[in-house]
Amino acid sequence: MSAPAISIKGRAFGDRVLLALVILLSIAMIAPVLWVIGLSLKDNAELMADPNSVFRLPYTLRNYFNTIGTSSVFLWVLNSIIVSGGLTLGTLVLSSLAGYGFARLNFPGKNILFVIVLFGLAVPEQAVLVARHQIFSILKFHNTYHGLILPGLSASFGVFLMTQYFKAIPKELDEAAMLDNASRFRTFWKVLLPLTVPAQATLGIFTFLGAWNDYLWPLISATRKDMYTLTVGMASTQTNFAQSEGIGFLMAQAVFAGAPILIVYLFFQKYIVTAVSGAAVR
Amino acid sequence: MADRLTMPRTAMATVSVRAPSVDIYAPQWRNFVFVAPFLFFFTTLLIFPLLWGMWLSFHKADTFSSGDFVGLGNYVRLFHDKVFLQSVWNTFYFVLLTVPTLALIGLFLALCLNRRTRTAAVLRTLFFSSSVLSVTIVTLIWRIVFIPNVGLLSTIYGWFGATAPAFISDPSLAMIGIAIATVWWCIGLPMMLFLSALQQIPQDVYEAAALDNANRWQTLRSITLPSIKRTFILVIIIQIVLQFQLFGQAWLMTRGGPNNLTKPIVLYIYDTAFRRWDLGMGAAASEVLFILILIAAMAQYLVTRNKADQT
Repeated sequence: MSAPAISIKGRAFGDRVLLALVILLSIAMIAPVLWVIGLSLKDNAELMADPNSVFRLPYTLRNYFNTIGTSSVFLWVLNSIIVSGGLTLGTLVLSSLAGYGFARLNFPGKNILFVIVLFGLAVPEQAVLVARHQIFSILKFHNTYHGLILPGLSASFGVFLMTQYFKAIPKELDEAAMLDNASRFRTFWKVLLPLTVPAQATLGIFTFLGAWNDYLWPLISATRKDMYTLTVGMASTQTNFAQSEGIGFLMAQAVFAGAPILIVYLFFQKYIVTAVSGAAVR
Repeated sequence: MADRLTMPRTAMATVSVRAPSVDIYAPQWRNFVFVAPFLFFFTTLLIFPLLWGMWLSFHKADTFSSGDFVGLGNYVRLFHDKVFLQSVWNTFYFVLLTVPTLALIGLFLALCLNRRTRTAAVLRTLFFSSSVLSVTIVTLIWRIVFIPNVGLLSTIYGWFGATAPAFISDPSLAMIGIAIATVWWCIGLPMMLFLSALQQIPQDVYEAAALDNANRWQTLRSITLPSIKRTFILVIIIQIVLQFQLFGQAWLMTRGGPNNLTKPIVLYIYDTAFRRWDLGMGAAASEVLFILILIAAMAQYLVTRNKADQT
């Protein structure tokens, strides 16, 4: 973690340039967010008269009361929780079982099946989108919770991650349990699964965050307003930017939707960073 | 054997002798039960739609039925469609705008923030924080930054009596506006990947360099950069795969306009399949995207595998 220990001589000027650049980038990161928070606290009429009024009093919470007053937002949050939670739970169960199977057990065709599952990592959602939509139309799955959850269950990343993790656990552990005449499922459930909690956390956070922020599939599958997830619902209200309820209201909505996930991020930062970068490298 | 069975379970973990001739590793059909639930969803919701999509791309299909077989008709129409060709170009242009920028800024931040100070930790948190937001919030933020008259950009330009560039409506700037929002959104991942690569460089190499009186630039050029070359390639490929899938930002910021100049391939698929309901043509376009992404994914696989060979 520490900086290379090289001589101090002649570093002052270079350091200042680097520092200035980092500060500049930090401002670019944070200024838009502060701007949005500022706008969300302003009365719309005052804002339209003079945009610089953001920088002075009076501020108001009216936009937030209006946001909360719009009951749809709570419904969308609830939908997002059901969809993301359901998908996370399903992914953890399916990936743990399959990960154990691929890492520890033997069955005919195992190797070729695993290669096919790995190939699934390279298939982007967009390549199966059209066909999936047609299949779900025929099954009348659109505008349902399972219609929003099911596609995510086919992702191979979780299986890949859990297989790697199970493989890293010493084999002696389950051999011992099996010699004690424990069944395969009992060995999996009692001996190995408790050891995979860190991997479960990583996979769970990654899946939940991905589902929470997903936009493309909910956009085409949930077309009824009461089935919108938060991401799609928020997008639907910003279509008529200038003429709708006003910029302050939209910004309050953005803060309202973004703040919880940012707070969760601050608390679980370590896991989230591991989950996201681990998923990218795989 | 008898001794082993009476040992406490925890102690057994340390026994390194494999149990002789117990057939728990023999291939058995019933072991299939563990992988069957996942394989069911994997087959029905990924493999089948993948094949079905290929089949659809050879048909003139609508929502509920796959109509007449048209052979390569959809692909021929596709490559004669100026809007599609434009969207392919737009996607490449967007990748070209974002990927090098993300890699270079990410590397720069990682080099600067790779230290144990509290400030560096806070800044790492800051630069990754935008990555957890949804595309809806990111585009909302950046539209309000770019919006004429009341936006942050026009306000700042206003202080100096200047007019801000119209990043959303100017045809030559719209894609750059989307790219700026995307870099802001995605910068966390490349930075973190570079940081973890930097931390794997052994410290004594730097100490040796310091003893040789190497200056910072020499150390960076001859030690740091060669050590993270593989990560650099990996970051580039990961970002190419990710940015090829551009959709939300373009759809929410510009609707693909002006004049389709910011319409990427995924938005073309969305328009064709789910707004004009020409599923066959949409499926054909998604096959083209699939092949492009597959090439990048294969490159990633090769880079990752080479590392496994070396270590």
